[in-house]
Amino acid sequence: MKVARVIPCLDVTDGRVVKGINFVGLRDAGDPVELAARYDAEGADELVFLDITASSDGRDTMVNVVRRVAEQVFIPFTVGGGIRSVEDARRMLRAGADKVSVNTAAFERPDLIAEIAAEFGAQCVVCAIDARATPAKVSPATSWEVFLHGGRTPTGRDAVSWAQQAASLGAGEILLTSMDRDGTREGFETDLTNAIVEAVNVPVIASGGVGTLQHLVNGVVVGHADAVLAASIFHFGEFTIADAKRALLAAGVIVRPPS
Amino acid sequence: MTERAPVIAVLDYGIGNLRSAEKALQHVGGHATLTSDHGFIRDADAVVLPGVGAFGACMSALRSVDLEASVHEAVASGRPFLGICVGMQMLFDGSDEDVTATGLGVLPGRVRWIPPGVKRPQMQWNQLHLVLADDPMLAGLGDDAWMYFVHSLHGVPADAGMIAATCHYGSELNAAFRNENVFATQFHPEKSGPSGLALLANFVRAAGSPQGAR
Repeated sequence: MKVARVIPCLDVTDGRVVKGINFVGLRDAGDPVELAARYDAEGADELVFLDITASSDGRDTMVNVVRRVAEQVFIPFTVGGGIRSVEDARRMLRAGADKVSVNTAAFERPDLIAEIAAEFGAQCVVCAIDARATPAKVSPATSWEVFLHGGRTPTGRDAVSWAQQAASLGAGEILLTSMDRDGTREGFETDLTNAIVEAVNVPVIASGGVGTLQHLVNGVVVGHADAVLAASIFHFGEFTIADAKRALLAAGVIVRPPS
Repeated sequence: MTERAPVIAVLDYGIGNLRSAEKALQHVGGHATLTSDHGFIRDADAVVLPGVGAFGACMSALRSVDLEASVHEAVASGRPFLGICVGMQMLFDGSDEDVTATGLGVLPGRVRWIPPGVKRPQMQWNQLHLVLADDPMLAGLGDDAWMYFVHSLHGVPADAGMIAATCHYGSELNAAFRNENVFATQFHPEKSGPSGLALLANFVRAAGSPQGAR
């Protein structure tokens, strides 16, 4: 039985949740601990916190956020952003995170995935991949390119092949964001989701572009994602997690029912 | 019920996120402390062996902080004992994940790979089917409680009578076990929201009751 997960994502800077439109023009959506507890109570299956501050001060703040979340939230949560070493991972896991998500640092030094997996297990390493469609989709194998640094830096690397390498190195899960869709509210790029799901044997979380409940349904039904992630539709109270769960159930997707 | 909160030793052997088990037990009223102190473990009302990651690595870590004897002593004492995830798997004789590592032998049997045909790990919420529905640890859960699972292997006890609950994932997998004062779960009750907290509250209750585990 495959049970899809609904995962609110909280982008955090200086201890506050924000969500950008294509990563520009951030709006303040509140206290991460408060939001996390609300999502837990509503029946979220998991939470993802992305620390989008690059400074070391910001990361210390993030450790405190993680510690406070762990005292109040009793569902799994992942922390990403600025994890560059086994020590960075250890700090977040010891503070109470269940998984860490790696992105740019893992792309630049893929052994980071293997090192964290060897130390803490593959189940706690999430490889986040930000992908954009290549301008001319020359062939199915090179349809999407990996971008780094929050979607700003092209790499020339095919997203499908990087996902396969990450999984073979020990990533227990892929968090896949379409940078073309992120912040647009046009829905997941389900072709991309499906291509990665087909290519790896670990769970894939679809991310980027959710604006309606039907988009969440499409992520699972069309994109075959194991989990769907969204931010702004939940943060600003447009939809609750329970709304999302009901829409998925109505579409025949098995989920843990809303509380 | 005792007046004071029952003291629960959560065994700390330096791996992964052990903090969440401690926090969840505190949330449901246990005086839970992460510890590797032999004296503290001996005096506690109940003992929890959590675990995440690889079987072999966890067994080595447990032995490197000299906690194997403490586990055996706690189990033999009759006090409530709870194993979680890889902490549960370590209670078996061994695991197909690492044939060179020896388990603790508290639950006779072996940890085996989830049969092929499904994604491994199972990383999702799933419904329990209660086998030992009258077990006090499962009190109040109902027959379809949702719990959070992250695992690629599951325990197969020599005596099927020890299976307390199962879940369906491709095939029927064993999700919880009971052997006298020992209860063990493949899922993470500390990460399973209200259902998981209910199970941990049952454990705290057992820890606080004079007759102990059952």
